[in-house]
Amino acid sequence: MSPLGECPLDPGGYFVVKGNEKASVMSSTEMTKSKTIIRMEKEKVYLVLNAFTSKVPIMLVMKAMGMETDQEVVQMLGRDPQYATLLLPSIEDCASIGIYTQLQALEFLEKKDEGALGVLRDIFIPNIRVGGIKSPVRENNFHLKCVYVVVMLRRMMDAILNKDAMDDKDYIGNKRLELSGQLLSLLFEDLFKSMNDQVKFNVDKILSKPSRSSRFDVSQHLLKESITVGLERSLSTGNWDVSRFKMHRKGMTQIVTRLSFIGAFGSMTKISPQFEKSRKVSGPRALQPSQWGMLCPCDTPEGEACGLVKNLALMTHVTTDEEEGPIISLCTCFGVEDLSTLSGEELHSPSSYLIILNGLILGKHRRPERFANVMRKLRRAGKVGDFVSIYVNEKQRCVYIASDGGRVCRPLVIADNGVSRIKDHHMRELKDGVRNFDSFLREGLIEYLDVNEENNALIALYEGEATHETTHVEIEPFTILGACAGLIPFPHHNQSPRNTYQCAMGKQAMGNIAYNQSLRSTVSLNEAMSDGYLDLPFGLSSTAATDDENNRAAGQNATVAVMSYSGYDIEDAIVMNKSSLDRGFGRCIVMKKISAAYQKYDNTSDQFSSPCRSQHDQIQILDNDGLASPGEIIRHQDVYFQKECPIDPKGSMKSHPSQTPYRTSKQTYKGAEGETAVVDRVALCSDKRNNLNVKFMIRHTRRPEVGDKFSSRHGQKGVCGTIVQQEDFPFSERGICPDLIMNPHGFPSRMTVGKMIELLGSKAGVSCGRFHYGSAFGEPSGHADKVEDISETLVKHGFCYNGKDFLYSGITGMPLQAYIFMGPIYYQKLKHMVLDKMHARGMGPRQLITRQPTEGRSRNGGLRVGEMERDCLIAYGTSNLIYERLMISSDPFEVQVCRKCGLLGYINYKSKTRVNFKNISRFLLS
Amino acid sequence: MPKIPLWDLPELPKNQLPPHLYLQKTRVFCNNDAPTHTENIHYSGAYAALGVDNSLRLDEFRKNFKVKVIKLNEEDMEFDLIGIDASIANAFRRILISELPTMAIEKVLVANSSSVVQDEVLAQRLGLVPIKVDPRLFDYMSENDVPNQKNSIVFKLHYKCDRGSGERRTVYSHDLKWLPFGSEYVLPTESSSDSTSKPKTYTSFTSSQDSLPEFANNPITVTPGIIISKLGPGQEIELEAHAVKGVGKTHAKWSPVATSWYRMLPEVILLQDIEDDDAHKLVKKCPVNVFDIEDVGRERATVARPRSCTLCRECIREPGWEEKVALRRVKDHFIFTIESTGALPPEVLFTEAVKILEDKCERVITELS
Ligand code: SF4
Ligand SMILES: [Zn+2]
Repeated sequence: MSPLGECPLDPGGYFVVKGNEKASVMSSTEMTKSKTIIRMEKEKVYLVLNAFTSKVPIMLVMKAMGMETDQEVVQMLGRDPQYATLLLPSIEDCASIGIYTQLQALEFLEKKDEGALGVLRDIFIPNIRVGGIKSPVRENNFHLKCVYVVVMLRRMMDAILNKDAMDDKDYIGNKRLELSGQLLSLLFEDLFKSMNDQVKFNVDKILSKPSRSSRFDVSQHLLKESITVGLERSLSTGNWDVSRFKMHRKGMTQIVTRLSFIGAFGSMTKISPQFEKSRKVSGPRALQPSQWGMLCPCDTPEGEACGLVKNLALMTHVTTDEEEGPIISLCTCFGVEDLSTLSGEELHSPSSYLIILNGLILGKHRRPERFANVMRKLRRAGKVGDFVSIYVNEKQRCVYIASDGGRVCRPLVIADNGVSRIKDHHMRELKDGVRNFDSFLREGLIEYLDVNEENNALIALYEGEATHETTHVEIEPFTILGACAGLIPFPHHNQSPRNTYQCAMGKQAMGNIAYNQSLRSTVSLNEAMSDGYLDLPFGLSSTAATDDENNRAAGQNATVAVMSYSGYDIEDAIVMNKSSLDRGFGRCIVMKKISAAYQKYDNTSDQFSSPCRSQHDQIQILDNDGLASPGEIIRHQDVYFQKECPIDPKGSMKSHPSQTPYRTSKQTYKGAEGETAVVDRVALCSDKRNNLNVKFMIRHTRRPEVGDKFSSRHGQKGVCGTIVQQEDFPFSERGICPDLIMNPHGFPSRMTVGKMIELLGSKAGVSCGRFHYGSAFGEPSGHADKVEDISETLVKHGFCYNGKDFLYSGITGMPLQAYIFMGPIYYQKLKHMVLDKMHARGMGPRQLITRQPTEGRSRNGGLRVGEMERDCLIAYGTSNLIYERLMISSDPFEVQVCRKCGLLGYINYKSKTRVNFKNISRFLLS
Repeated sequence: MPKIPLWDLPELPKNQLPPHLYLQKTRVFCNNDAPTHTENIHYSGAYAALGVDNSLRLDEFRKNFKVKVIKLNEEDMEFDLIGIDASIANAFRRILISELPTMAIEKVLVANSSSVVQDEVLAQRLGLVPIKVDPRLFDYMSENDVPNQKNSIVFKLHYKCDRGSGERRTVYSHDLKWLPFGSEYVLPTESSSDSTSKPKTYTSFTSSQDSLPEFANNPITVTPGIIISKLGPGQEIELEAHAVKGVGKTHAKWSPVATSWYRMLPEVILLQDIEDDDAHKLVKKCPVNVFDIEDVGRERATVARPRSCTLCRECIREPGWEEKVALRRVKDHFIFTIESTGALPPEVLFTEAVKILEDKCERVITELS
């Protein structure tokens, strides 16, 4: 990919639509919802189906489907009299209205809703076909449906009798993720069908005409681009309006935030829930045990969507649909007995298990464990898909086989009798590059398990912990974390919300986007930022250590002194060393795209225009073609684009193009005043309508200023409170001067011990010249450094074991009265910068309708004195100031009023005279 | 504690501080938890009640003040300042960092730069390259000065990586070439009307800098070996860098020192005799070998190299050891280190710093009188 200018490390997974990168957000749904509900009301069981106007007693349905004897139903439910007792009221109910036969039942249903048989056949549990090609049984055989209903009834009764048998709604195994492919296929189907309809309509219209001049050609009537436009629209707005499937969803796509590689990566693993977020429920927000290893336990937003929006863990794979046919035939080969060959009694017989494939009852098997093992062996051998899951549920006496899409699964090392299949020589081959992950998978050393199948597995965290019963060994425990959470060093020492905050904040950190970041932009991003100089963290975290994420770092190692300094460090503000900033600490580059176009008109078009040099200064950066040239310094109000527009684009039809009068039109750069940016690149391209488009990338290098936001990797954000000369900074015995000073009050309430350990580890790292690792799970296995070892290293290099140094004040020259905790911490610069937010105004623009000052920085809006500000002024006693702000500053408006009739006067613009000049008087509205 | 009548207390020697006060005055106590007595006591009457005069006497200072150079080479210097107050030692440090002028690249005229390093970043990197020239030979350039041979140095950098070569090349600081005649770039406003006269460039040097005796056989160079940029095939950098005089206060690039700092002389005192096992333990504890064992019948620990103590507090970390070992700092003995960037040798830097402090003092005196 690199020769083509694409980053080889780019994970993909997004669409480029209209010059924007859009990632579709995965949405998690409860398992595909069927529209069939069997409900118990007042001890009687009913079927609720949209196609039926009212609920239908279940026994009636059974009878309508041909199960006429009550005994058969009870027999199928199982011998236990408990079930029969529960069903009894329903049976009695049916008998009381005098319905005994299929015919009677159908007639009864037909009376209520027409076409009841058809509804039962096609709409009621539609996944079980009645007749048709798939089923060899003759038409209108409802036996399988009856079995299905009975299984449903039995499950319901189990749940009534025993609350434990209830399904957990939040269980991840019961959820499916909807990926962009499914969404797009829905959209495509809808668009395609609409197009067909439209074409049919058009063609019909033409064909119905009595006389046609030319030969009919249907290809002429195919609508061009309607599918493309529809897909583009949905992707770029994120609104999925598929009327055919009653789907109206908003925000299905999001712009990929290209602030740092991890940020972009993290935003693509996001999973949003389908139901509305305002629900005040705790169940779905809580951490589910079943999300272990599948979804990141840390990465979730704060506030409204907390716990509902989730992120994938590092190695999670989301399955796609797989063909069911081969699996069904395999199952029958391995001894699944078809239901139609069994009597009702055997349905719930304790000696055998039901085999269910994607919610379809295939049949029964007498030796379920054996069957499951055979299927699993087939999967490891590659005979069925890698992501087919086989799950034996002993409680429900079922074997579930799932091959549908949207399940989350993760890879695990297979262990036979507690011995991992991956041996040392495999690892050596991996290191030598002979093997890769796929070859492990192909040879059956690793397999993917979904959440359900995990329940049948006994997974050892480490190889050494495996016992005889162990079936799988974890590949690496830290993979339960997601991409963002994996970047936190020593996260297990932090208070858990801090890790969550960091996950959100890591996405705002500015860093390298990709290897091709200097080439990007023309297509995709509006604003991208990157630090001038980026470091690898000295104290690495888990993900950073394994991946090559290091090449795309998003921060710098700052030597931090944890101490109080100057009072400009309250409320998490940090004090920065000016010399460090001079030397390039915390710089970032902000890119901004502005575009201009040469318009085409009916007969004329915009022309290049070469600037007239003798003019004023503002056009200096223009080249002879009227475009700013790359590398030029551009300031506020500078002209970066100049063209010749025809004065009258419409009326110039008659005249020769060369005679059309032109006027010069200019575009000026609007940037921060007093700042100098640089034209980074100028790209010429043509847009859809073949107009020549010019895109300017404006690059602005910023050094940190007071108010810029920084954060460490522990959810500890803070703005720069003040910038202090190096000579005023404290210095250590070795002459080390910190880059920034952080107030110690940041620690006690946040309890980010991980940050302290990061400092220690980094300090040891720089003194011994080795990266230190801070994986959450590495301490027992030796993949992470322990504090004791770190302290030992520190002492060996002459530091105090606790990382506190003896510092001298740079102002007085005397030693400080405390030892100061000092060392390197990885700091990130966040995208919130003062330059983009600073705003103040006095007089300024007003809204047209209300004549009140405009709102917002972009419109140069006013600053509201709200109630709290008003309270302050009252408390201060500045009555005149309040009076001015509330009465004079915004509202008053002068009008002319007629003294006689009291109407507002106006200027008659045609005659340029005032109406009734004599009686007018001025009036101040306020 | 038994009550001792006041008149039974031993008589204090006149004109001399009692030993504990003397220690507090002259030493910083580096305890396990925090250093104490870090402040200097300047008030002349601080010990008046004891009949001790605490005022600073110039002749005393003259007698006691010593400078001992420990290490000196082209770049670094370590020396001891003995018998001076921390505020003055600190003043030297502060002046060294921020007030000594040097020459540094301030303006970069980029004619062509197709490398991946952005122009601003390139300019910033160039600015930090130390220029090996005595700044005393140059004037400051004020706002409305024109750059001339007395206040500017011009370097040229033209580096190209051939497309055919197929390999990347590194641009180093020593690829900067000194232009003693000033800028070679012609001002754009200069129209070609009077072609007879020399075209006006970005600098107005009236004479060549290498005609000056100082630079005659001594071309101005920069510290070599600093990577400025890397070029891929077909990329090119062509620029001119103009260096002017400035001080570190404005920007760290003008700081003549990489850093300069001092530490107070460590003093490690064994409060008790530490013998045998304990002695071995103590020797083992110290990562920088401050302690030795001497054999006086029994094995006894001695403090052999207190100067190398890094104050890691390892020797007093374990409970009980704080009573045996005292870590102190001598308040008026500074081990001063200067790391020069290369413009001036470190010893010259220090004398310059002293001169600046002198100037400042004189200014204060004239203001006062
Ligand atoms: S403080 Fe550390 S370096 Fe100094 S003497 Fe004690 S152990 Fe040695
Ligand atoms: Zn009127």
